[in-house]
Amino acid sequence: MSRRLPSTLVVGAVLVGLVICTALLSLVWTPADPTHVEVGDRLKGPTTTYLIGTDQLGRDELSRIMSGAQNTLVIGIMTVLIALALGVPLGGLAALYRGNLENATMRLSDVLLAFPAILLAILFAAVFQPSRFTAMAAIGIALVPVFARVVRGAGLQVMQQDYVTIVRTYGGSQLWIFVRHLLPNVSSVLIVQATVAFAVAILAEAALSYLGLGTPPPTPSWGRMLSESQTFLNQAPLLAFWPGASIALSVLGFNLLGDGLRDLLDPKLVERSVQLSS
Amino acid sequence: MWADNTGSFVVPPQDDILKIEDLTVRVGSIEVVHQLRFALAAGERTGLIGESGSGKTLTALAIMGLLPEGLSASGRVLYRGRDLLRMSERELCKVRGDRLAMVFQEPMTALNPVMKIGAQVAEPLQLHRNMGARAAHVAALQALERVHVPDAAEKMHAYPHQLSGGQRQRAMIAMATACSPDLLIADEPTTALDVTVQAQILNLLVELVEENGSSLLLITHDLPVVANVCQRVLVLYGGYIVEEGSVDDVFGHPRHPYTQALLDAIPPLDEDLPSRKLKAIPGSVPGLGEFPPGCPFRNRCPRADAACAVMPPLERNGHHNGDTQRGPLGRNVPSLTELAPEETPTAGISRVACWHPLS
Repeated sequence: MSRRLPSTLVVGAVLVGLVICTALLSLVWTPADPTHVEVGDRLKGPTTTYLIGTDQLGRDELSRIMSGAQNTLVIGIMTVLIALALGVPLGGLAALYRGNLENATMRLSDVLLAFPAILLAILFAAVFQPSRFTAMAAIGIALVPVFARVVRGAGLQVMQQDYVTIVRTYGGSQLWIFVRHLLPNVSSVLIVQATVAFAVAILAEAALSYLGLGTPPPTPSWGRMLSESQTFLNQAPLLAFWPGASIALSVLGFNLLGDGLRDLLDPKLVERSVQLSS
Repeated sequence: MWADNTGSFVVPPQDDILKIEDLTVRVGSIEVVHQLRFALAAGERTGLIGESGSGKTLTALAIMGLLPEGLSASGRVLYRGRDLLRMSERELCKVRGDRLAMVFQEPMTALNPVMKIGAQVAEPLQLHRNMGARAAHVAALQALERVHVPDAAEKMHAYPHQLSGGQRQRAMIAMATACSPDLLIADEPTTALDVTVQAQILNLLVELVEENGSSLLLITHDLPVVANVCQRVLVLYGGYIVEEGSVDDVFGHPRHPYTQALLDAIPPLDEDLPSRKLKAIPGSVPGLGEFPPGCPFRNRCPRADAACAVMPPLERNGHHNGDTQRGPLGRNVPSLTELAPEETPTAGISRVACWHPLS
């Protein structure tokens, strides 16, 4: 294993690690209470007390960015889990049983794919209260087709393999094949896909919060911070920069991580790139 | 198997493990295996021979209920009186691997590449013996030792690519025999292996089958292998059984021109090969649905005539000709038709499907 790690993987891992560390740190320590309002200190620039300034209500921006990382990670993790929990069994069923079941699940995922996550979230927010959960459910469900397709595609390939026939000769049921043989074989593809989905989820949550459909106040959310800063763009332009940069860097981090993992885990892709470069 | 209190095996010799009645396999509407009828006795080793495309593997897959999509089987496959073709998938899952097992030709792709050998060998035990992961691990190690995998304890933690072809095939055999099945179907188990490894694997198969008291259905196109391993042989051509009988009988005194042609195609070792042309059967096996009506072999057969336009029935040798009981090398073989059927119910029968059998 003297193969060099892909540089995308290293940069991605550093950025993602930074987000995770910030979120963990904010659990135990932030420079100030991120929800504490200090009306006298509204829209301050960077000072020694407020390292990167305050927002329109005089709350410490750095503390809010830090605990916003928490929110971002929770949303990302939950969203990906929802998408995995629904998408993997659906794709697995399609690959194992083929026929009408496959057609039904794949057409269903086509419908979902055609439905924008934002629209789904508005629907959810209209039916229920706009909350973190409706945002997560909406984004998660919108991501289900991605996972269903990936599992089905890889699963169809696995089901063609000789060893699946062998498993059947010694009495393995479809469920056994799915859990013991199909899942481990698609896990690397799933990991890559989950990382990319994480980035999509962060971006979607920011968009939903921006529209007021995501995390309700006072919990700090990068998306909402960005939308609120708009009003004060003339007075405090930096206020828009911090959450914007945080979103951009974390999304970039997860995307790079996903790319890097794919290079690392997919031997076929490496072969191809070697052939291209030679 | 039937273990009595003392732990020794009692194998009722008259028992047919598997009885196949009118087994027909179709691809769409084309029949590729036609009304096969044969039985496999307990503890008996039967060879199923024929060229590629004669329906050997399809017969085996039909018995296991594992025909690929688009193929269908009809007739009856009776395992101890229960029709496997009419069992539910759930019942089949219980029988497969436990009572019926199968070994395939290709050991390279037959194991899951991302799973350790030990975990895979343990699978049939977990499925059929209700073993937990730890108990199955111990039993899998024993199974690997039983098939003489060197350094079995180490190999338990190896991945399939780290094993040689012979070792992989041993692992496959360990999986297939882990539950001491009543019938082991081996589909060209040694075709992909070195000649030296072939003999070892065949010896191992015979050893395990005898130890378990299992029957063996050995599918191959290697006639000497059948002669060495099996007691009985079925010759398949174009999806028909064209000849059936004891190995001594069929190989020593073939009655069907196809069997004769197969035997002639084995290059002799004692002759100066370059000075002599190898014998081959003229023509090739026709494609699906392209067999001539009547006897499928008649367009390649030197003895064919107008009568062959009708498929000859599979009949006992004695019906056609009484004096066929001279064994190979002048050995005296008891007249097969004289054997009482209950003595050795399947081995006693010698049948051929030909209008003009060799005498």
